[in-house]
Amino acid sequence: MSATREVIANGNELAARAAVDAGCKFFAGYPLTPSSEIMHVVSDLLPKIGGAAIQMEDEIGGVAAAIGASMSGVRSFTATSGPGISLKAENLGLAQMVENPLVVINVMRGGPSTGLPTRVSQGDVAQAKNPSHGDYKSITVCAGNLEECYTETVRAFNLADRFMQPVFVLLDETIGHMHSKAVLPSLEEVQAGIKLRKTFDGAPEDYKPYGVGEDEPAVLNPMFQGYRYHMTGLHHGPTGFPTEEIETCRKLIDRLFKKVEAHQDEIESNEEYMVDDADILIIGYGSASLAIREAVNTLRAEGVKVGMFRPITLWPSPEARMHALGQKFEKVLSVELNQGQYLEEIQRSMGRLDIEKLTKTNGRPFSPADIIEKVKEVF
Amino acid sequence: MAFNYDQYLRVDKMPTLWCWGCGDGVILKSFIRAIDKLGINKDDMCLVSGIGCSGRFSSYVDMNTVHTTHGRTIAFATGIKLANPDKHVVCVAGDGDALAIGGNHTIHGCRRNIDITLILINNFIYGLTNSQTSPTTPRGFWTVSQKAGNIDPTFDGCKLAEAAGASFVARETVNSPKKMEKIMVEALKHKGFSFVEINSNCHINLGRKNKMQSAMANLDWIDSITVSKKKWDEMPEEEKRNHLPLGILKQDTEALEYCAMYEEVKKAQQGQRGVITQDDFEKKI
Repeated sequence: MSATREVIANGNELAARAAVDAGCKFFAGYPLTPSSEIMHVVSDLLPKIGGAAIQMEDEIGGVAAAIGASMSGVRSFTATSGPGISLKAENLGLAQMVENPLVVINVMRGGPSTGLPTRVSQGDVAQAKNPSHGDYKSITVCAGNLEECYTETVRAFNLADRFMQPVFVLLDETIGHMHSKAVLPSLEEVQAGIKLRKTFDGAPEDYKPYGVGEDEPAVLNPMFQGYRYHMTGLHHGPTGFPTEEIETCRKLIDRLFKKVEAHQDEIESNEEYMVDDADILIIGYGSASLAIREAVNTLRAEGVKVGMFRPITLWPSPEARMHALGQKFEKVLSVELNQGQYLEEIQRSMGRLDIEKLTKTNGRPFSPADIIEKVKEVF
Repeated sequence: MAFNYDQYLRVDKMPTLWCWGCGDGVILKSFIRAIDKLGINKDDMCLVSGIGCSGRFSSYVDMNTVHTTHGRTIAFATGIKLANPDKHVVCVAGDGDALAIGGNHTIHGCRRNIDITLILINNFIYGLTNSQTSPTTPRGFWTVSQKAGNIDPTFDGCKLAEAAGASFVARETVNSPKKMEKIMVEALKHKGFSFVEINSNCHINLGRKNKMQSAMANLDWIDSITVSKKKWDEMPEEEKRNHLPLGILKQDTEALEYCAMYEEVKKAQQGQRGVITQDDFEKKI
């Protein structure tokens, strides 16, 4: 294995570099605090390698242009924060329906509405599950440290091409603007791991982009290569053309779920920190996990046996693993920078409501002391 | 020998969803003839449409086709074009699509002067959704959302496009398929944003309640409100107000095209030239 790379950067810059290293050639977006550094970095890096980055007239145009480039077969992404996701939602639904791969980075800030533009929140976790109207199965990953701003962005590009749908990368203001040393995998390793979308190379008359197995994603060839097919946000059959035929409509939406559910092992990623011998389990993700880890270390030094479960893939949730942990641990604390958006998923997965919660929605990150105090108070 | 339209059509998707006598079919024919005249390979062409009757245009042409969301055609097309600058990208949108919900993308597509051809099918109404007021519905017309008569002023798409910076602006009507074809040839050849408004009939959802129940009556009305640019230029101001000029209204072959300019950005970032400064542009502000 080739040598790792040590860099000093912030989370936004690392996510932008990851996109370029992962073979992305196109970015379209709109300025939005606290995500804008991502656009600043790729607007330099992409033209350097023959790609393109464009600042569009609005958030809707940003996601539309990014989807357009991806429809043509080019790896593409957009980046924004919660208000931008709200605006992009309709077109994200189109990408779900057309099965168009796209990476969408959301550097979360305080909401709702304009909220706290320069301050942290994890308030868009529920939004990431269903930003657009209609039924589909979201894939959302969440970076818990600087390295993951890079590695999870790379993974998101590969997941998008594997499952042919948008993949959210959730950062937040704290991690996006945290400036420190990060150890990244070598470029060779990243490039060797790139897995582009499947393509069909048979005769054009035999090509059925949506005529795939019931748990498989569409096979969408790049444009301009002789396969002149149709993409539409309407319900469509195997060849991609609109239909209202009952069975075809049922199968299409079933497949949008099954293609994710049947392959959750390829998507799920969790970290368990000092869980094995613990008496108390803390669940948290993203930048909150930085404070949780520190709190676990401090409490352990005091003899309190605490462990942390950190979902890295938030959607689909690690429900089976959380269910098992719910059986094992009587004392569970959920920690998140919102009013309990993921707590509901933890309760559902564990099949119980007696989960303690620590939440914060004042735009400030958790400190380890907040968590230590809460653990001592409730357990 | 009769012209073979089928080579550019998905004939298995026929008949179209358009109403009997709809102008959209006439526009489709002129478009195909223009493509054929220019000898453009259909593999090298992407057609992007939005929502509305015009949105179905993309289903019927045998090209790389995308049926997107309402109003966003130009934004999708911008991504497709900038990622594939050597390919032909055409948008087909309606008056509600391109001038109401998608107005911002129309303005900025024109401003960038990116090499996309927009065919804006203006039938003066929301046809697919049954007769709501569009930005081009004349005042005093009946619409289902303004049954007491439309009071909203109309919007001249060609003037908007010209002011926003499109380097090719033209208007024709479905009454003149040959002229329409010629304008589409010029628009497709043009390097820059080509804004082509085609005035079309919707006798079903515009005409029915506005004293033009037949296609012919609707087409006659279109004829009565349009004149050649030459005649329009000679009209007194009070008559100009009630007529739309036809033909090529603007054709600026010198205007800088966005993808070509982006190549300069790439060169600058790759160290093959200095950064772009005001000296690169004749127009400074």
